[in-house]
This record gives sequence, C-alpha cells and structure tokens, in this order.
Amino acid sequence: MNPDAIANVAMGLALAPLLFGVINRVKAVFAGRRGQPLLQPYFDVVKLLGKGAVYSRTTTWVFRAGPVVGLASALAALCVVPFGGERALIGFEGDLLLFAGLFGLMRFFTVCAALDTGSAFEGMGASREVQFSALAEPALLLGLAAAARRTGCMSLSGLFEEASGMDPAAALPVFSLAAMAVFIVFLCENARIPVDDPNTHLELTMIHEVMVLDHSGPDFAFITYGAAVKMWVLGALFAGLAVPFRTGIHWLDAALAVAFMFAVAAATGVVESTMARLRLLRVPHLLAGACALSAVAYVLLLR
Amino acid sequence: MAAWIEILMILLILLDMVLPGLSRLSACVRAAALQGVLLGVLTLLANFDALTPRVAVLAGLSMAVKGFLFPVLLERAMKGAGVRKEVEPFVGYVTSIAACVAMLAVSLLLGQRLPLPDGGQGMPLAVPAAIMTMLTGLFIVVSRRKAVSQVVGYLTFENGIYAFGVVAVGEVNALVELGVLLDIFVAVFVMGIAIYQINREFDHIDADHLSMLRG
Repeated sequence: MNPDAIANVAMGLALAPLLFGVINRVKAVFAGRRGQPLLQPYFDVVKLLGKGAVYSRTTTWVFRAGPVVGLASALAALCVVPFGGERALIGFEGDLLLFAGLFGLMRFFTVCAALDTGSAFEGMGASREVQFSALAEPALLLGLAAAARRTGCMSLSGLFEEASGMDPAAALPVFSLAAMAVFIVFLCENARIPVDDPNTHLELTMIHEVMVLDHSGPDFAFITYGAAVKMWVLGALFAGLAVPFRTGIHWLDAALAVAFMFAVAAATGVVESTMARLRLLRVPHLLAGACALSAVAYVLLLR
Repeated sequence: MAAWIEILMILLILLDMVLPGLSRLSACVRAAALQGVLLGVLTLLANFDALTPRVAVLAGLSMAVKGFLFPVLLERAMKGAGVRKEVEPFVGYVTSIAACVAMLAVSLLLGQRLPLPDGGQGMPLAVPAAIMTMLTGLFIVVSRRKAVSQVVGYLTFENGIYAFGVVAVGEVNALVELGVLLDIFVAVFVMGIAIYQINREFDHIDADHLSMLRG
C-alpha cells in the first residue's frame, strides 16, 4: 500500500463536497448574491445523517440498496483513479473498464431505486438518465481507449504516468480531444447545466434530482456525498487528461492537481451561470458531439 | 513545427465536424470563415522556414477575403433576403456527425494510399484533413436545403482544395493563387445576388424547389 495514494483518497473524501460549495459560490457571485457558506454541503450531509429515513410501504430492499451501492461504487472509483501524478490505490491492467463499469453500476442502482418507488415522475427521470448515459458512456470509453492506445497502457495509473513523460506537442492532440469529450461527460454525469439543472425543482425538467425525490435522511446524505465523490473522481480523470504533465516534485504536483480540481469546479459554475439548460431533445446532439470528439481522437491513432 | 501543423490540421478536422452539426446559418458562415483563417495560418506555418513577402501577402489576403469579406457578404445576403435562421437539413444533426466520423475514416484511408512527391513534407495529417474538408463541403451541399448552406458547402470545399494545394504543391504561382481567390470572390458575390433573387421570386431560398422549374 502506497501511503501517498492513501493520502490522495483521504483528500478526495475530505475535499469532494467542497467542489459543490465552490460551484455554488461562483454561481452566487455571477448572480450578484452573497451565496451560501462554502462549507454548506458538509453541513447538509451532517444534518441529513442525523435525521431518520422514511420508507414508503410500496418500496422493497432495492430502494434501500440504491444509495448504499451508489456511494460504494463512487468510493471504489475514487480508489481506482490516480491523482496528482501519484499512482492510484488500486491499479491493474484494464482498470479503465472497471472505472467506467463502476459508474454504470452506480447508475443502475440509482435507476432501479427510482423505478422501485413506482412513481411516474421518478420513472420519467430514470428513463432520461438511462437515455443520456447510453450516449455519454461511449464517449467516455472511446476517449479512454484513445488515450490508452496512445500510451500503450490499459491502466489509468500507467496511462497517466506514461503521458507525463511525453513530448507536449505529441501528446496534445489525442489528450486534448479526449479531455474535451470527458468534460462533456463530466457535465452530463454530474447532472450539471447543459444537460440537467441541479437547482430546478420542477419535476418535468429534472433528470437526476427527480430520481432521488423519495430518499430521505441518511439515504439522501449518502446520495449527496456519493455525487460529490463522483464529481471529484471524474474531475480527477479530466485533470489527468487535460494536463498530463508533471513537475516531478510530489507536493507541488498534488497542490497543482487540487488547484486544477477547484478551477474545474469554478469553470462548471461559470458554464452554469452563462448557459441555459439545453432542450431535452438537443442533449443527445451534445453527447453525440462528445462521442465524435472521442472517435476523432481514436481514429487519428489508427493511421 | 510539424507538431503544430498537426494540431492545426486537427482543428481543421474538428471544424469540419462542427460545420454539419451547427443549426444556425450565421454560425455555419462563421465556422467556414474561421476555417479560411486557419488555412491562412497554415500557409504561414508551412512556409515558416522560408517566409517570403509574397507568401505572407497571399496568406494575409486569403485570410482577409475568407475570414472577413465572405461572412460580411453572406450576412448581408441573408439579411436582405430575410432568411429564417435555421439550417433545415435533409440529414439530421446526429446522423451528420456520424457521417463526418465515417468521412474522416475514409479520408485517412485515402490519405495513406495517396503518395505525394515529397512524402507530404512531414505533414502526415495534411492530406487526410484536406480530403476530409472537401468531403464535408460536398456533404453540406447535398444535405442542406438552404441556398446559403450550399454556398457554405462550396466555400468549405474550396478550403479543402486550398489546404491540399498548400501541402501537395507548396509554391504556387502568385497569379494562379490570386486568380483562384478572385474566382471564389466573384462566385460568392454572384451567389449572394442569386440568393436574393431566388428569395424575391419564390419568397424562400429553398434550393430543393428549383428542380420544379420548367422552361
């Protein structure tokens, strides 16, 4: 066990909700408000953990398993993704697929829990979530495949390590294309604005929010915290692809990576403040564009 | 230098993929204009080691005409004809993007099969990017309904030929270059007038309906 990797996982666990705090603060500044405290997401999670959960009589164990499995897969993904030039806690050949699969598992259980309530609204959200993720997943996998082909490594840790030693101009085309695709996937998977509006409370327009309407108390705390960890993990992947270069000094790399994560959060806040949510029919176009970016990255390597 | 040219080529390819996916006519015009500017930069970069005033002037001229004059002319034609802003494609956006990826694969294959006299001057992506741009231009011409889109397709096609010329031929006679530039200028000018006339005659610029004309 690598102590630095454990420290990275601990840092992810501790700092993940702060990303939401930063996004909310950026949005507040854009709107001319003072905004909630930066630590509000932590307060929310603690408050929710102290409450009791209410379960509908029509739900089964699937409904209760949803938040738990969701958080567990987010935590597992956190262990697989390398951060700040350090190898991940768990790394083996082919962990790219595990990484994508963990998000699939998380989504599957969230969707099942939503369907389990029997609510029409939640079913609608579930259907939209599945439709969009069916397009986001190829973009993620193709982007990762292109990066893997460029570096010749099938594991995330090896891939990032190999990329850090490359000539910038040689690595730039494939990695920037893959990074752009991953950023769109990042926005889609985290239910951020061009795809989904995290603030809306109108059921007809919600996607992710509507699926978790019936969860309460500790379950909802798990979901909120799991979403934060998921955002951290995908942000770390984007950071690794967008800026694969390392200084070689351990603490500086880690500090730069953390700074980049919060820059990504701030950029997400800017996107949310300056863009309107896309019409539901237009979202597949955006995701198809992400797939196309990944496909170009891959096709360029086939020469 | 070769790596930067490669990045420029990838930008060219990305613009090719963006063009059929854009839903607004003016965005299409601007994307084609940006492509023209990129090609000017490409000319400068490709001749960076032996940059003569002639090359610089030609590149600057083509950038000015393609990047500034054409968009202004087309915007004016659109405003004069009161065109609706949407592209109204025959082929949907997602299908278009998928078609673009397929065209990219085809042009990469063709690029490998097409031997250049000097091996492409260390620009392995140049020929595929040029072929891709030409194919995209043709695709836009056949898959879009509006006359403005067809002008954009024609411009994109010309951009592809220009890119091919920069790589394959390198030094071109200034007279030939200027002649080509003048030709496309006149063509865009005439097409602008044609769009206006079509619109005045038929109240729309749907080029599809032209096939119903009888002498």
